[in-house]
Amino acid sequence: MSLAARPVRRRASIHRAQARTGVLLVLPFVLLFAGLFIVPICYAAYLSTFIDRLVGGATFAGLANYTRVVTDPHFWAGFGRVALFLVVQVPIMLCVALFFALAIDSGRLRGGRVARLIVFLPYAIPGVVATLMWGYLYGPNYGLLSQITQALNLGSLNLLSSGNILGAIMNIVCWEFIGYNMIILYSALRAVPAELFDAAEMDGAGPIRVAVSIKIPAIRQAILLTVIFSIIGSFQLFSEPSILGVLAPNAIGNDFSPNLYAYNVAFVNQDLGYSAAIAFVLGLIIMVISYVVQTLTNRKAGGE
Amino acid sequence: MRTALRRWTAVGALSGLAIAALAGCTPPTPGQAGAKSAQPASASEMKKALNTPTTLTFWAGVPGIEEEAKLFEQKYPKITVNVVDPGGASVLYQKLRTALKAGKGAPDIAQIEYQFIPSFRVTNSLVNLAPYGATSLKSKYVGWVWNQVADSTGVYGIPQDAGPMGNLYRKDVFEKAGITKAPATWDEYAKDAAAIKAKTGNYISDLPGSDPGQLIGLFWQRGAKPFTYDGKKNLTIKLDSPEAQAVVGYWQGLIQKGYVATSPDFDNDWYKALTNGTYASWPTAAWAPLFLQSAVKSTSGDWRAAPLPQWTAGANVAGNWGGSSDAVITGTKHPLAAYAFAAFLNSDPASTKLLATKQFLFPTTTATLSDPAFVGQKSAFYGGQQVNQQFSDISKTVDEHFDWPPITDYLFSSYTSTLGKAIAEKGDLKAGLSAWQKAVVAYAKQQGFTVS
Repeated sequence: MSLAARPVRRRASIHRAQARTGVLLVLPFVLLFAGLFIVPICYAAYLSTFIDRLVGGATFAGLANYTRVVTDPHFWAGFGRVALFLVVQVPIMLCVALFFALAIDSGRLRGGRVARLIVFLPYAIPGVVATLMWGYLYGPNYGLLSQITQALNLGSLNLLSSGNILGAIMNIVCWEFIGYNMIILYSALRAVPAELFDAAEMDGAGPIRVAVSIKIPAIRQAILLTVIFSIIGSFQLFSEPSILGVLAPNAIGNDFSPNLYAYNVAFVNQDLGYSAAIAFVLGLIIMVISYVVQTLTNRKAGGE
Repeated sequence: MRTALRRWTAVGALSGLAIAALAGCTPPTPGQAGAKSAQPASASEMKKALNTPTTLTFWAGVPGIEEEAKLFEQKYPKITVNVVDPGGASVLYQKLRTALKAGKGAPDIAQIEYQFIPSFRVTNSLVNLAPYGATSLKSKYVGWVWNQVADSTGVYGIPQDAGPMGNLYRKDVFEKAGITKAPATWDEYAKDAAAIKAKTGNYISDLPGSDPGQLIGLFWQRGAKPFTYDGKKNLTIKLDSPEAQAVVGYWQGLIQKGYVATSPDFDNDWYKALTNGTYASWPTAAWAPLFLQSAVKSTSGDWRAAPLPQWTAGANVAGNWGGSSDAVITGTKHPLAAYAFAAFLNSDPASTKLLATKQFLFPTTTATLSDPAFVGQKSAFYGGQQVNQQFSDISKTVDEHFDWPPITDYLFSSYTSTLGKAIAEKGDLKAGLSAWQKAVVAYAKQQGFTVS
């Protein structure tokens, strides 16, 4: 009995030691994750169940804030704007990024490294600085772009007007993120096994055929990743409209994007509970859309 | 200097740039300990408080105001004043609100613009200074300024600076249009506007849709009383009163004829337009002359200062745009010393003179407003004119009563998407005005006020 029991006990103690080390190793992550992620989210969820009024203070309201979000025209106006932003800007940005990635990867580009750096450079510039810079270029009277159209006798160009502002922001975001997406796609391309291209070339495929039939399908996962990132990024649009709002205060309202609306509800309207509810509803919608996109794409891939 | 003036006087909808810390989560219980009505302080208590070693924290956005704080410390050596600039008015208010909600970290004294005093009174964040003897200071200040900080229930701040409105104009541009004197009435202003447009192609001025401060000052001049507030929950909102409609209708005419621009103020384009004469004048506040002097240096000598045009010839009425007070914040452990500091800073002759001549804050005390060292200054930027004298005279003509609502943040932020938007897009200003009224009323009701 005792002979048989000994190895078991030893194994158990090894297990225990392993478990202890394991716990110790994940502990820093768990603590940070809980402290910086789980706790604030729970706290925000708690806040979102209160209606915070200047007169009377905070009162528990259950889900009242959520029903208010769902029927709030300001929220949906901002949501519609970022949805439009998503369907117009994201395809343009990702197609251009993919084109650059393929061009650089093809090796036919002279000075490929320099080109890569130049395309990537805008991403290294802080978004706030980039937006301010573009804001000056956009100035309706003395901005560079308007000066050019005036010099060409085309009249002044107000890119900060209500009608143009969304396009102006799309341009800034493209400028900022084409390089970033290009790098993701380019690194994925570098990981595609070279044998595939050799085989294709042997079969007489030109570079465009190789790109369309081999490279793009091979980096499908990376493309999907950039799509998901871009969806999330679009719905979370905040710093660009927030900064341009100073230059174009009448074109960018408090509810321009859902995130900007949540910010203003919290810090201008001083309605923290409602702001938290907006954030949760937005987060939920992003999750659903990202999930749907991922599932659809994977199903399509599986069907092929 | 320039940005400080801008931030503290004209400020309103600038909060956009404050990509401030979104952190600072606050619990949903705003129930401050509540401003318990303080017992009247006796002279001996005050004396004792000023002779006890104390450190006061003072949040303010005036560069160099430490100098005036030092004067106080010299007089009361036991007291140390710690001056902190949180970085602009909107940041200060956000931090203050966060600290008040958290119940710790709030200063003893904070600089609060007049237009935001009720917004902090509604949360019981300002100490009523009347029991400490603040009512005795009333006679030192210009009447309308005192009304900005006090009502029948008490005194909630000590006036620090003000912005009575006048008209700064480009003499050179006006002369090119054949005009030799500043418009005395708004009718004359409209005629001058036509002449300037016809002869120089320039605008007589810019009416921004970005910030309502200036326009509210013009409402003020017209005698509009958009708000009354009892300090608790009863609030009257009449933004679309006949007076305000008259002002808005007047500008609508100028805008439609192309005499007035509608671009945002205080941005790059705006400075350029002031420099090259595209805007021939600026109906603005008493803090503006110095601000302009540093903002558009190259136009030195071209500018002159005049009173605002009048609605009735010879009426001599002005409005106000901007200005702030120093308020004692609820929760301070040293209310007596804090009050003594706020009062000294803004009523001691040496301190107020220094504020006017060194920190360039437009004075609020009658003594400084008639001090030859202040009013006698001649400015080359204005062709040697005694601009301070001009605005000091204007200060006496500001309409006595103008109340602010307890929801100024929202009042200002909703302007840009209602009336401000109508102005910027040269649309229907009266419709914009009623949209503004509607938005502010809806918000006030939602916040639990009884609105009438």
